[in-house]
Amino acid sequence: MLAYILRRLLYAIPILIGVNLITFALFFVVNTPDDMARMQLGVKRVTPEAIEKWKAERGYDKPLFINAGAPGVGVLTDTVLFTKSARMFVGDFGRAEDGRDIAREITSRMGPSLAIALPTFILGLFVTVSLALLLAFFRASPLDFWGVVLCVAMMSISGLFYIIGGQYLISKLWRLVPISGYSGELDAWKFLILPVLIGVISGIGSSVRWYRTIFLEEIGKDYVRTARAKGLSEVIVMFRHVLRNAMIPILTGVVVVIPLLFMGSLLTESFFGIPGLGSYTIDAISAQDFAVVRAMVFIGSVLYIVGLILTDISYTFVDPRIRFE
Amino acid sequence: MTFLPVLLWSDVLIWLLVFAAAVLGALSARNPPLRSAWRRVGRSRPGMVAATVLAAFVLVGLLDSLHYRPRLESREGDQQAVYAIEVLSVLDAVATPLRTRNEKTYSSPLATRAYAKEAIEVRAADGSLRQTRDFPRLKYGGRHLENEARRDADIARQVLVAELLATLVFAGLAVGCAALWARRNGCSVHQAGRALWRGETDFAWRAVLATLGVLLLLLLPVAALCVDYHVFGTDKVGQDVFYQILKSVRTALVIGLVTTLVMLPLAVLLGILAGYFRGWVDDLIQYLYTTLSSIPGVLLIAAAVLMMQVIIDTHPQWFATAAERADLRLLALCCILGVTSWTGLCRLLRGETLKLRELEYIQAAQAFGVADLRIILRHILPNLMHIVVIALVMDFSSLVLAEAVLSYVGIGVDPTMISFGTMINNARMELAREPLVWWSLAAAFVFMFALVLAANLLADAVRDAFDPRLAGSS
Repeated sequence: MLAYILRRLLYAIPILIGVNLITFALFFVVNTPDDMARMQLGVKRVTPEAIEKWKAERGYDKPLFINAGAPGVGVLTDTVLFTKSARMFVGDFGRAEDGRDIAREITSRMGPSLAIALPTFILGLFVTVSLALLLAFFRASPLDFWGVVLCVAMMSISGLFYIIGGQYLISKLWRLVPISGYSGELDAWKFLILPVLIGVISGIGSSVRWYRTIFLEEIGKDYVRTARAKGLSEVIVMFRHVLRNAMIPILTGVVVVIPLLFMGSLLTESFFGIPGLGSYTIDAISAQDFAVVRAMVFIGSVLYIVGLILTDISYTFVDPRIRFE
Repeated sequence: MTFLPVLLWSDVLIWLLVFAAAVLGALSARNPPLRSAWRRVGRSRPGMVAATVLAAFVLVGLLDSLHYRPRLESREGDQQAVYAIEVLSVLDAVATPLRTRNEKTYSSPLATRAYAKEAIEVRAADGSLRQTRDFPRLKYGGRHLENEARRDADIARQVLVAELLATLVFAGLAVGCAALWARRNGCSVHQAGRALWRGETDFAWRAVLATLGVLLLLLLPVAALCVDYHVFGTDKVGQDVFYQILKSVRTALVIGLVTTLVMLPLAVLLGILAGYFRGWVDDLIQYLYTTLSSIPGVLLIAAAVLMMQVIIDTHPQWFATAAERADLRLLALCCILGVTSWTGLCRLLRGETLKLRELEYIQAAQAFGVADLRIILRHILPNLMHIVVIALVMDFSSLVLAEAVLSYVGIGVDPTMISFGTMINNARMELAREPLVWWSLAAAFVFMFALVLAANLLADAVRDAFDPRLAGSS
């Protein structure tokens, strides 16, 4: 088991290096630091001195790949590639435009992001799997038909409308909870309840339909027929046989996203004014803060790869046939 | 010439897509499995309802993809024709009243008066002018009315006439359809009509006709009213919301369709290469798509779009008109979406190719010494077509939805380009207004919902028809 995990981790390294190089290419080769400086300072009135100053402040004034003028290892380390890209592997993301340390900002913003994402994820999974099981149980009945129709309709609505509509109905019209905001204290629940609810509802359409297909595929298999043939009730068949076996495909889709929960949701956080990583990313995008976007791309990929490894490990728990070969 | 045709890059690609669809149709007609799959799509009632609705959207989009610059009124003796800077489309020309008749600011649907009170001068009974605060009359909405109290009657009359016309057109269509069907099947028109009515035709004619009927009944009144009124109201700068909706359709279609044009060659080529040649080619391609897909989509798109903005902003000399810049930005967005979304399809195609190359007929072809390229083109590619078709229709709706979200985040289309995303983005603060401004959002919601729902339903029908696993079970 340990050897397996280790091998998976080793396999992740070239991928991370690839991600790192892609981001480097995007941010420093597609546009040179000079272009970025000109853009940030305004294209019209810009002097070469101002560009040099802008680059020096951010450490972009070094050569990109090889610094021939530097002594010793400095030939490789005193470059933009090393200081801005390779340093991300040890958690050094540099500073944002406002001068704050990005790594510290990220750790402090993970909490609010998780406070929204984790309940949404758990509640959403529970609700969608239950609904899908219900539809699969009453398959080929009017309930199933209209359930699927409703699912298709729900997945055809943009996530923006769920948020806008939910905020309008619940906060503005009925005045049940505050429209947006966040608090680190115990009364945070009243800020969290609406985004979590909207997150769960907006995910119902596509997830329920997807899980229902998985359940129906399992129901058609031979072992289910055997179970029915030996006289088990349909309820026991569903819960003890179908649900358990359907967990394998469901897990593939679900475990991958668990680490990404740390990243929060861009839309939810910006609409509800939650100071998490999602709104941090949005603010960085609108302020064109390239250092922050670069850091978020890297962290997102690391978390995704962690998710892939977790998926592989979780397989071995639900399906003993899978070996670590 | 009274106009100068303008060919925007996205127009080229859209018409190229139409051409590609025609070629694909011709190829499908010669390939028996594909032909029978398309027949199954034609039999599916929800699928054909969706296809009819989509066809209406596509028609609007195509009309909006023929661009020109109108000739300006020139003085006598001017040798050189002068054309307007503004780039218009055929749709703009058809919808000139919608495009040009802008109010000052918000007005609610079918209103004759503005949404907020203003200081206006009113002529009192004795003929003197008096300053009051009241809702001013709109410049264009219901201007033809002598007496505002007659607005409802006027609307009812126009709707009634339009509905009658719609019924007539529909009856004509239905009879024409029955006659056509009767001719092909060699029976009387009466029998054909009965078969259509009972839904006994192989192709789901009844569903298509019913959808056309509903569309006519809904859209003709709107078309009749939009000349004299703002059917869906006006937005903050007084522009007609219905016009914005019509313009949004093209943006959504470009995003949903042109992206696949970028994605498809990458996914098909790399997927087949990896699956067919295996070895180091496979390793390299797998590494490439694992790396790309491990960057969360939104973030990769955000990074790429930010970089594209830098390029656009630092090279203003590349773009002659604002429309050209917005258009190129739209295309760049399509490219970025395509490059970030080919990995899923590539993985599927690689897996399928791996399976196919072990089959006897391909082994036999290899044993006969048929060239690899020929095997791929003749034996592998046609057997992957069903996966490609399913992926294309499934991606369309998610791309349309993604455009709205990306525009909200600020990494979508150019802010000057009308799209569902920019409409929602501009309208999202309006629900906080007092009195409520709901029409912009509601209109965007209804039309976007119709487009995406139709795309989803068609995708389901296509998947059911093309997926061999499902074909066996039903």
